Amino acid sequence: MERNNKLFAVSALFNTPNEIISAASKTAEKGYTKFDVHTPYPVHGMDTAMKLKPSNLGFVTLGFGLSGTGLALMLAYWTMNVDYPMNIGGKPLFAFPAYVPVIFEVTVLLATLATVIGMLTFFFKFPSNSHPVHDTNFMKAVSMDKFGVIIESEDPLFNEADAVSFLESLGGNSIEKIYYPVKEAYPVFDKKFIGLQISIALVVAGLTYVTLNKAVYIQPFSWMTDQFRSDVQASSTFFSDGRSMRLPVDGTVARGFMPYEYSELTTQPEKPLTNPFAPSKAFLELGKKKYETFCSPCHGNYGDGDSRLREQFPNPPSLHSEKVRTWKDGNIYHVIVNGQNVMPAYAVQLNDEERWAITSYIRVLQRAKNSTEEDVKLVRKEIISNVAQ
Amino acid sequence: MNIDYSKEDIIVSGRLSIAQIEDLIAKPLETKVDKKFLIALSVSVTALMIGAISLGFSLLYGTGLWGNNQPVGWAFPIVNFVFWVGIGHAGTLISAILYLLRQKWRNGIARFAEAMTIFAVMTAGIFPIIHTGRPWLAGYLFPYPNQHSLWVNFTSPLIWDVFAVSTYFTVSFVFWYVGLIPDFATMRDRTKEGIRKTIYKVFSLGWRHSHRNWQHYEKAYMLLAGFATPLVLSVHTIVSFDFAVSIMPGWHTTIFPPYFVAGAIFSGFAMVVTVLIFVRKIFDLEHLITIDHLEKMNKIILATGMMVGYAYAMEFFIAWYSGNQTESFVFVNRAFGPYAWAYWIMVSCNVIFPQFFWIRKLRRSIPVMFIIVIFVNVGMWFERFVITITSLHRDFLPSSWGYYRPTLYDFGILLGSFGLFFTLVILFTKALPVVSIAEIKAVADDAQPSHHGDH
Repeated sequence: MERNNKLFAVSALFNTPNEIISAASKTAEKGYTKFDVHTPYPVHGMDTAMKLKPSNLGFVTLGFGLSGTGLALMLAYWTMNVDYPMNIGGKPLFAFPAYVPVIFEVTVLLATLATVIGMLTFFFKFPSNSHPVHDTNFMKAVSMDKFGVIIESEDPLFNEADAVSFLESLGGNSIEKIYYPVKEAYPVFDKKFIGLQISIALVVAGLTYVTLNKAVYIQPFSWMTDQFRSDVQASSTFFSDGRSMRLPVDGTVARGFMPYEYSELTTQPEKPLTNPFAPSKAFLELGKKKYETFCSPCHGNYGDGDSRLREQFPNPPSLHSEKVRTWKDGNIYHVIVNGQNVMPAYAVQLNDEERWAITSYIRVLQRAKNSTEEDVKLVRKEIISNVAQ
Repeated sequence: MNIDYSKEDIIVSGRLSIAQIEDLIAKPLETKVDKKFLIALSVSVTALMIGAISLGFSLLYGTGLWGNNQPVGWAFPIVNFVFWVGIGHAGTLISAILYLLRQKWRNGIARFAEAMTIFAVMTAGIFPIIHTGRPWLAGYLFPYPNQHSLWVNFTSPLIWDVFAVSTYFTVSFVFWYVGLIPDFATMRDRTKEGIRKTIYKVFSLGWRHSHRNWQHYEKAYMLLAGFATPLVLSVHTIVSFDFAVSIMPGWHTTIFPPYFVAGAIFSGFAMVVTVLIFVRKIFDLEHLITIDHLEKMNKIILATGMMVGYAYAMEFFIAWYSGNQTESFVFVNRAFGPYAWAYWIMVSCNVIFPQFFWIRKLRRSIPVMFIIVIFVNVGMWFERFVITITSLHRDFLPSSWGYYRPTLYDFGILLGSFGLFFTLVILFTKALPVVSIAEIKAVADDAQPSHHGDH
């Protein structure tokens, strides 16, 4: 390390632990505060000799240890009780005894890491490889088997000649003046350095791309991906028509399929079908469910044509119009099966019973919307009889 | 035979000076590798390669290559996992518990034992991951935030295990590195300019042996030891919960945690002695790792071996005393069933052979202790084999009984785990100081001030 002529400290070496203890206590008694003792291993009794305050490191450990406890408890509680509560064998969700092992481990982990990282960074200000004492004969000696004292020039009592004579009076040998090293400059933004980095990045990326995608393509763990079967919609070399999917035999009828005689007809039929189902409660419930699933997105929940689609699309018509109300059930059924204007056919989504159920439910909506005096009386009578019960 | 127990034994024999101690420890790092080293390394790397090939095939074709099958789903991988985690326990015990108990003789062996802990836990960590058959999904073991709200089950012993083993590895590693910092500094100051000096410089972080640092350092070391002590006990306790929390007869017992911890220390010390016998010979460290130290470890082996023996007896007693039919069947089946051979290997290696350590002469004889610790290593592997396999192979339903046979791949991976462990140990002996330089200097003769006066 190159050094300039700014003095950092004066150092002296001692041979035995007894000497260094007495030297340290005398230095402290003289009133020096910016001094340090360097020993190859911790020497007992040095804390009192140097008049050092007890280490505060334990508070770091305590603080982070307790936060580890808290964090682990909160994590276990929140994941298992709030975010995704799951019943495991009928045990309580908040099974504290079962959280204890993890809480303990996290406490230890956090406390340990905080202690070490805190000590190295905040207490020691490490890494400090450019500290002035490095690469001196003094450092070499105290690293092996000598014991050294340094008095730093920043000490308020420091005077070069006094410090030297004081260390000599303690019986110190090999008195050495340690100067500050010249600050080394690391040209990180040097053009050549950046250029080298970019070219290394490009070469590595390019070689990786070529190797993995062009030269060898290895798919790791592909047991389930490649199987001896034909995929849906994929081509086939086995069948003469080149498709892996097979067409059904001519004349095949799907299960439960009932042909509708007016399925080709674009206008309303002359003789519409009649509703074969009696309007039971369960039947109307089915109609309500299917209406709300398939019809309400356009026609609205009550058939007013007031759904969210209004103004965004050709307005869906109201089902309470004179036309629809005078229609027979079979006409509504026909629209459901074939569609009308922009309304698509719902034959695929709805089976025969569901279509009729929707039709009946639309009748319920129409009657409720256009109720007569008799209807109101009927309902009132029914409410009174319900209350009486 | 008169031994004075009122005086503490000298730790470093041969009246070596501090500089001589340092030279001795630094020698393997400063000399070129010799033939013996290369032979040892090639043997262990061969074993590692056999393991790597067996594992490679297992991953390529699936875990069907192993003997694991119903009813024995937990076979060699779990046996090896528990075995290696157990080996790891000696290191932290030596470095932390003996530190708190002010056993200064630990300073000579702590570094090596800690290194063995780290390597053993690394080896152990492989097994649960490969046992799943899908090692690339291991990341799901950690509770990371995700859109599926997919969390781990904090009430499962298997997740406790993930936390325990990973914390244990991290803490051991940090503890080890903290211990290494002053030694890196010492090596840095011994080395001439060059690539090695730069490496030491980087890892020493600029340590300068300042007492203002030593003060916090000793405090931190104490705190770490204080944390590592309950941690080491928790780790094998939690490993035993993997078994004890299930309702399998032969596993579902409350004695498991202390029994596992004692067994772990037992096997760990045996492994440390096995390795140290060679290390002290090869690297001329007989003055630092003295026969007294080995004797003390043998005493611990004897003590923990008897604890393990007590646990074997107590399991049988409880099986009888509880009057539980399934439980007593499992234990009778263990001792006299199809796996009786494994059971009796375990009992003889773990309970009978260590009894020779009652005799001082045998305890201090290198060949005898070598044979006994090898038996202990074998016996402790069989203990885990017996616990895992005999409980599973005949459980509640006689219709699903079976006999587990390991395949060549199982043995290949087992051999590979030894290969990995010993490769790391061998490389360690050449890469880092095998004895803590600063710690051993501190307990050499006249290393501490003679206490008189006021300090």
